Amino acid sequence: MAAHGTVVLRVCRALVGVQDADDVWQETFLAALRAYPESGGIRNREAWLVTIARNKSMDHHRRAGRLPVPSGDPQAPLAVAWTATAGAVAAAAGGDDVVRALEAGEDAAMVWSAVALLPEKQRLAVVYHHLAGLRHAEVAGLLGNSEAAARRAAADGLKALRVQLLGREREQP
Amino acid sequence: MIANRVLPSELLPLAVDEDGAVARLRAALPAAAAAAGLVDVAYRVVDSPVGQLLLAGTEVGLVRVAFSREGHDAVLAALATTVSPRILRAPSRLDAAARELDEYFGGRRHSFDLPLDFRLANGFRREVLAHLPEIGYGHTASYAAVAALTSSPRAVRAVGTACARNPLPLVVPCHRVIRSDGSQGAYLGGPDAKALLLALEAAPQP
Repeated sequence: MAAHGTVVLRVCRALVGVQDADDVWQETFLAALRAYPESGGIRNREAWLVTIARNKSMDHHRRAGRLPVPSGDPQAPLAVAWTATAGAVAAAAGGDDVVRALEAGEDAAMVWSAVALLPEKQRLAVVYHHLAGLRHAEVAGLLGNSEAAARRAAADGLKALRVQLLGREREQP
Repeated sequence: MIANRVLPSELLPLAVDEDGAVARLRAALPAAAAAAGLVDVAYRVVDSPVGQLLLAGTEVGLVRVAFSREGHDAVLAALATTVSPRILRAPSRLDAAARELDEYFGGRRHSFDLPLDFRLANGFRREVLAHLPEIGYGHTASYAAVAALTSSPRAVRAVGTACARNPLPLVVPCHRVIRSDGSQGAYLGGPDAKALLLALEAAPQP
């Protein structure tokens, strides 16, 4: 089950931000362990874990009392949180490693904030399909739409993301 | 695995630190799961003079010791079926077993005082296992002699089976059971392992 740790982390980071993702990741796996003995009939364990991660992310937002959509502002808390984490990691390293980690962290923060700007359906389709690797039919199950709509949202979302990122690269000095 | 599928290039920067993050989260999970009462079987793998040993324990005690030739993955899969699928690598839960085995291989320990969970051996097999610690360190007994200790003194072959299926080798000393003609007999850890253990126990004490 822990083999799916990376996929779950990607979903958690996308849904609650890098800083809070660790807590939600742990809650997801504890909930999965709790349900595990009764989960024998589950055909796709990864999609099942992603669903739990989605639910735990929603719980997290409910607890925090804020909207689950970190969109609208390119300088969203997501990006800030990411850079802070990368900075901490970098500070613990040294020399060139610091520079590399900081740059990698900034790149990641830029992509996260671009993802956050996508319309919700597209954003979730990109996260579930392109980032977590679920099939379009499974994404449709999570989004409550059709497989065709999920496929379109994933494709449109990735295209919009590409435009966003190209635009930002041009802005940079 | 799907996770290893190549990400679209736009999303690649997001993967920058996730290996480290997942490793850290995985390392912390067993303790959190144990605190929540969600780990039914904890395991770890230790090195030993007879190869890598898988140690698995339940709330009751040590439930399985497995040699690498048994296939650790197969043993874990069997534990998932017979005990519980809630199995996690949680090394600290098996510190005592690892320490006592280390002392045993160093010649500093002659008997184990670990809590044991015998749920993987029932009926006559369990009865046989209960008698094996009566064969003292450095001594051996024949399959027939062990049978004579049980409620079925003529069940010599069944004693052989019980030893061959011992879920707790080393700790429950089936390696001290040999053939009536004095030859070593088979061992689930392999003949070399049995020879090594008998030689270790026969060596002059430090």
